[in-house]
Amino acid sequence: MGVTCETVWRESSNYLDETISPELRLAMDEHIQGCKQCASVIDGLRNIVTLYGDERMAELPAGFSQRLQRRLEANKPPTRRHFFGWAVAFAASVVAVGSFELLRHTAPKKPEAVAPPHTPKPVPPDMQVVVAEGGAHFHRAACPLLNGHSNLRTIAAAEAIHEGLTPCPRCMTEYL
Amino acid sequence: MSSQARHIQGMTTLLQENSAETAREAELILRVKSGDHDVFYQLIQPYERRVFATAMAILRNEADAEDVAQDSILKAFRHISQFRGEAKFSTWLLQITINEARMRKRRMTIRVMESISEQADDEREYRPREFADWREIPSESLERKEVRNALIEALNTLEEKYRSVFVMRDIQRLSTEETAKVLDITQASVKTRLLRARLMLRDLLSPGLNGQWTSKVAFAKGVKPWE
Repeated sequence: MGVTCETVWRESSNYLDETISPELRLAMDEHIQGCKQCASVIDGLRNIVTLYGDERMAELPAGFSQRLQRRLEANKPPTRRHFFGWAVAFAASVVAVGSFELLRHTAPKKPEAVAPPHTPKPVPPDMQVVVAEGGAHFHRAACPLLNGHSNLRTIAAAEAIHEGLTPCPRCMTEYL
Repeated sequence: MSSQARHIQGMTTLLQENSAETAREAELILRVKSGDHDVFYQLIQPYERRVFATAMAILRNEADAEDVAQDSILKAFRHISQFRGEAKFSTWLLQITINEARMRKRRMTIRVMESISEQADDEREYRPREFADWREIPSESLERKEVRNALIEALNTLEEKYRSVFVMRDIQRLSTEETAKVLDITQASVKTRLLRARLMLRDLLSPGLNGQWTSKVAFAKGVKPWE
């Protein structure tokens, strides 16, 4: 059976995916051998499918997984075990503070060596930050996450916070 | 059938599938549902790229795509009790991503980009426009960022309905059936849109007369990223 160029173009995708009948495939192969234009179409499509199908075309942005894991960790719902953990931690801290106070009053004074717990720095309210329309965070001007945004505004951090935005997890980590 | 019965039936079906990977996935889902939240990342790790690529297919911007991909995964985390195993977990996760990305897109002002597909629709046949000889483009060329960027830029000029099908089928390697489910369209539409997307990309990235690749996309003038 003979096929036309139009048939080859229409079936070219199915030809590559091998979802056509053996008879049609044979007829298309015969046509392609004698038709430079259709050979060009099939060769081009094969290149497209091969190049876009390469693993490197689906790479994640650097640090994506780490940022995701941090967000998942921060969004874990409280469980009974967590509550119990908190209760134990709270009780332990009460005992620790009590003991510390007792020691402070009974022992000679020494320089303190207790590391302070991590507390994020407060964002200076008048700091100029950049926000993208529809975004959930505010950024430093050089933040790579702003690349490609067309609607950007520069406002004071206090205003951004007032709008419900939070510091960018990539460029403002010291405030998280 | 009650929703509880449907849930049990769905989960049972999932568990019975003859695949170690699927069984492991079903076990992780049950563990997360019963409160072992620490294993959720293991559950979604195989799909991180797909979720990001799906968001990219709709939003065309890495920062927004990352935001939406992460929001979608968090949404799946919070609502996993609603997953009943009637579809594959990956399909459910990608459907959430598609919804989130489309909602984000609606809220954003998208730059209007010239697209060769704007006049195209599913009804009319797309005819190839370029017939110069193609040589095989070695996959090694993808080591170069500018080549990958050029391919992405060409993809980004397609209309969303073609781009999303192409990304599902040719980048994420989903089947025609899965793609139809995720995008809520018929399998026939998937095939038609895939053919059109592939042909348009071929025309956009057609080889020049001297066998060098050129591009119809507005890359920097004189730059042939393939060389």
